[in-house]
Amino acid sequence: MRPFWSGTISFGLVSVPVALWPANRSGGLSLRMLAPDGTPLERRFVCPKEGREVPREEIVRGYELDDGRYVVLEDEELEALAPERSRDIDLRRFVDRDALDPAFFRRAYFLTPAGDSAKAYRLLAAAMEEEGKAGVATFVMRGKEYLVAILAEDGILRAETLRFADEVRDPEAIGLPAADEGKGPPAKDVKRFAAAIRELHASGIDRAELVDRDAERLREVLEAKAEAGEDVVEVEPAAEGGRVVPIGDHVDLMAAIKASLEGARAGGGGRGGGGPRRESGKGGRAAERLADLTADLTKDELYARAREAGVPGRSGMTKAQLLRALGAQG
Amino acid sequence: MAARAIWKAVLRLGEASVPVKLYSAVEDRGVHFRLLHAEDRVPVEQKMVHPGTGEPVPYEETRRGWEAEPGTFVVLDDEDLAAAEPEASREVEITRFVPPETIDHRWYDRPYFLGPDGDATAYAALARALAASGREGVARWTMRKKSYLGALVPEDGRLALVTLRPAAEVISARELDAPSGRKLDERERKMARQLVAALAGDDDLSAFRDEYRDRVLELVAAKAEGKAAEVKPIRRRKASKGSLADVLEASLEQAKGGGKRRKSA
Repeated sequence: MRPFWSGTISFGLVSVPVALWPANRSGGLSLRMLAPDGTPLERRFVCPKEGREVPREEIVRGYELDDGRYVVLEDEELEALAPERSRDIDLRRFVDRDALDPAFFRRAYFLTPAGDSAKAYRLLAAAMEEEGKAGVATFVMRGKEYLVAILAEDGILRAETLRFADEVRDPEAIGLPAADEGKGPPAKDVKRFAAAIRELHASGIDRAELVDRDAERLREVLEAKAEAGEDVVEVEPAAEGGRVVPIGDHVDLMAAIKASLEGARAGGGGRGGGGPRRESGKGGRAAERLADLTADLTKDELYARAREAGVPGRSGMTKAQLLRALGAQG
Repeated sequence: MAARAIWKAVLRLGEASVPVKLYSAVEDRGVHFRLLHAEDRVPVEQKMVHPGTGEPVPYEETRRGWEAEPGTFVVLDDEDLAAAEPEASREVEITRFVPPETIDHRWYDRPYFLGPDGDATAYAALARALAASGREGVARWTMRKKSYLGALVPEDGRLALVTLRPAAEVISARELDAPSGRKLDERERKMARQLVAALAGDDDLSAFRDEYRDRVLELVAAKAEGKAAEVKPIRRRKASKGSLADVLEASLEQAKGGGKRRKSA
């Protein structure tokens, strides 16, 4: 498993080579589009003018002008717009961590030290955490510029991509009435709602509530069909062979992030810069990983692991039963 | 220009209810390209093709399936898909109000502004009461055949609803161990803190712009006029070599100098 991106964070004149890993895993169940005989369909491109299929290498990117003409942009031209230097995360400004607005938040990534950077990585993490600050910068990754906040939590650096200010609308412009215009709502109404809020006070969010209920329902339907052997079709595995089975993927990603954090610990640096890549995440460590991970897993996650491990009867199991079954396998 | 609401709903918190309209709070500003056939510059069409026959399969004839293991699909028909769909409802149920710090940043997904639907009194009252409470509401609802979780947050005297990702999609940092090693040098640690403090600036991030997008659009405009593309390099300084302590010291000096000496670095 490879990092999503490798690059350098600079902080003053200090550079910290890092690897970036998604901190979100794809959830749910991804469905494929199939032919009536069950064969997965492939996306192909057809030129409507010639009525024939067009291979990838004959396809270019075009930007449509107002008059309907297209300006063709070559990959090299787009590449040239993002010189090497703009691909680094250059932290020139630090802001209060608590001042980051959740409405701007887009996606999170874990950062792991690459090369010899473990010490600089730890220093940056410690300094930001102690100051209660997050570093902010823009950088270009894969043909797109990102606004990113670098945060530290318990010694681990995280990158959170944020929306640019012009990507968040102004409520005034939408036509929402200005806040507290005039004398505001009657005090008795405010009091009524304050009481309703108090009535529902809770100390925190319940992780069990944060489940993808649609995926759960779909999974039940799939399980029932699979167990009954109904509508289960076997087809010739795709030629490219590398289609990802969505669920087994989770453990691989975790293992890769862990290995890359550990590599830094063991050697003071992931020797040869290949730290994250050497560990494929596969192999015989599944049991070990499960033992590490069971502490904080949702039923959803345990189920995914049970599926991967081939635990029989898993669909009817409670969380405790899943844990036991997985433990027994380990 | 007033934007159109994308959905109408009723917020329900216990006995109380507030009719609202949802508006997307974000706007896609990305540069979008079409895929063209290089030869004739005609946009290509996408077809879903059967790899065995090479023939496109019309959408009505396609089926959905989940790949249980490589090469094995569990096929779903319309009835199965309908059975997995949530029941339609206009209700946004607020299940609890929690301290904001208990909601992980990484759960936040997509923000929506809420506006009053009809009489604004209840809306304004809830907005004020929520802001005063210092809490965020946890909400659940079904919109367009999809279940959502969200956080009801006060936004400048208004209300906003930010959808939340399922917890299983977020890798907990507690599952990971931080890189460790020899104890950090106190002097270096102090300098690193000073550097962070010296580079602390305005919390308002609106000055950060998507310059790459601007450059792509400039290039498009230049090419549309038949001009050769001119690329202005973005200037960034290089990191210097030396021991970590030396580099930190030089960085601190530079930060204190107001960044004027950056060119020489």
